[in-house]
Amino acid sequence: MSREQLRQVVRDALAAVAPEIDFDTLDSSEDLRQQCDLDSVDFYNVVLAIHASTGLEIPEVDYPKLATIDHCLDYLAAKESMK
Amino acid sequence: MGEFRMPSLGADMESGTLVEWRVEVGDAVTQGQVVAEVETDKGLIEIEIFESGIVDEIVAQAGDVVPVGAVLARIGTGASRPAAKVVREPAAARPEPSSLPGAAAERQTAPQGAPPRASLTPAVGPLAPRPASRPAVSPRARKRAAELGVQLERVTGSGIDGAVTTADVERAAAPAGGSQKGAAAPAAAKSPRDYKAAMRGAIAAAMTRSKREIPHYYLSTQIDMSRALSWLETINQARPMTERLLYSVLLLRAVALAARKVPEMNGHWLDNAFKPAADVHVGVAISLRSGGLVAPALHDVDKQALDQLMPKLLDLVKRVRAGVMRSSEVSDATITVTSVGEQGVDTVYGVIYPPQVAIVGFGKIREKPWIAGGRVSARPLITATLSADHRASDGHRGGLFLTAIDHLLQEPERL
Repeated sequence: MSREQLRQVVRDALAAVAPEIDFDTLDSSEDLRQQCDLDSVDFYNVVLAIHASTGLEIPEVDYPKLATIDHCLDYLAAKESMK
Repeated sequence: MGEFRMPSLGADMESGTLVEWRVEVGDAVTQGQVVAEVETDKGLIEIEIFESGIVDEIVAQAGDVVPVGAVLARIGTGASRPAAKVVREPAAARPEPSSLPGAAAERQTAPQGAPPRASLTPAVGPLAPRPASRPAVSPRARKRAAELGVQLERVTGSGIDGAVTTADVERAAAPAGGSQKGAAAPAAAKSPRDYKAAMRGAIAAAMTRSKREIPHYYLSTQIDMSRALSWLETINQARPMTERLLYSVLLLRAVALAARKVPEMNGHWLDNAFKPAADVHVGVAISLRSGGLVAPALHDVDKQALDQLMPKLLDLVKRVRAGVMRSSEVSDATITVTSVGEQGVDTVYGVIYPPQVAIVGFGKIREKPWIAGGRVSARPLITATLSADHRASDGHRGGLFLTAIDHLLQEPERL
């Protein structure tokens, strides 16, 4: 998957959990959970949606690596390349 | 033969707008099945049926504003109907307004009154035949359809397997804009501002009643979460990522089991007396990003294992976020839990949602000094509070209840 495709994956995952958030207005270097007011249940739903569309395993210890959209994309790209 | 009526989804609800039927005349229905969708101040609510049988007659039509208690449909055994197929066709095509005077009076505009939608045929032709198997509709698309007054059965989906998307709904609504909008939108589209105002009104009414009528007492305790969290970490490591447990579900389960031990916390204050509830349905307070708050019930939390509850909690939160709840979730809660503190504050004292008699609040888990066995160590602590109705219980029992929650969380493997 290209970075643009991964970006779409994150966008879709967020849209399912937080439909009222306009993805394009988010700061991709700011903390995602704070910006979107995601609690732990919301965040797990986001992680599950990313897993469903990419098949990537995301262990709990890696959650800090998903803090911002930029970090998410870096992390997912690195995981993809290891497939 | 049973009459399926518009349920009351809150003390202040007078009527609801029927948005869509999910069943047709001749369909078999089972208790608990979602059969219709109704728009209320609380948003779009999926209405479940309380008996099993066959849909004999559909009385209210999409777009009708139906008072609480009015008949929506008649449910029978199916034996009395000579020819289900013959009945089904006109019901699906819906050539005439309902013959019932009450329903007809409530109806604002028959769909047939809509002007032709030339630009949209065949996608939303007014008499487009309904596909044999109903395609999926995303909850968000349903919500949008309700807002725009679009009848979903007239929308052809462009998604996977013909699933109806939000874009499809908006396309279907587009030609009905301008001066024709009112006529083409019997579901009386409310603007987001209206929903917000209606939601604030519903919260204001419930909370004012609570503070006026319920003599609250408040208790608080700090709970050491280190055992619960390390137990979770261990079992989650050994699980596939789709089967993880979150600490929220431990809290809900501990509250439900404690409510079994101290039943004065679980039930309703009705007619000047406490009516304990036989089941423990925990209302989960969820604040909406668009403003407002709902507390839908997670059912039978005392009777289900953590593994059964977790996917149900995830599903509930997801559906609420998308603006769709079920009727039983709106009305069934016997006690409420609020974790508004998760995002930052240490302590939250909830306001009881009448006619319930207790609300448990959880703050943010923070590492703090903790003294055990004469030694100071850093532990993850959570502050649990109880706001309870002094008419139904006294502080001593409330204290036992909070203590029970603490004890349960110290043995997470038994939850």
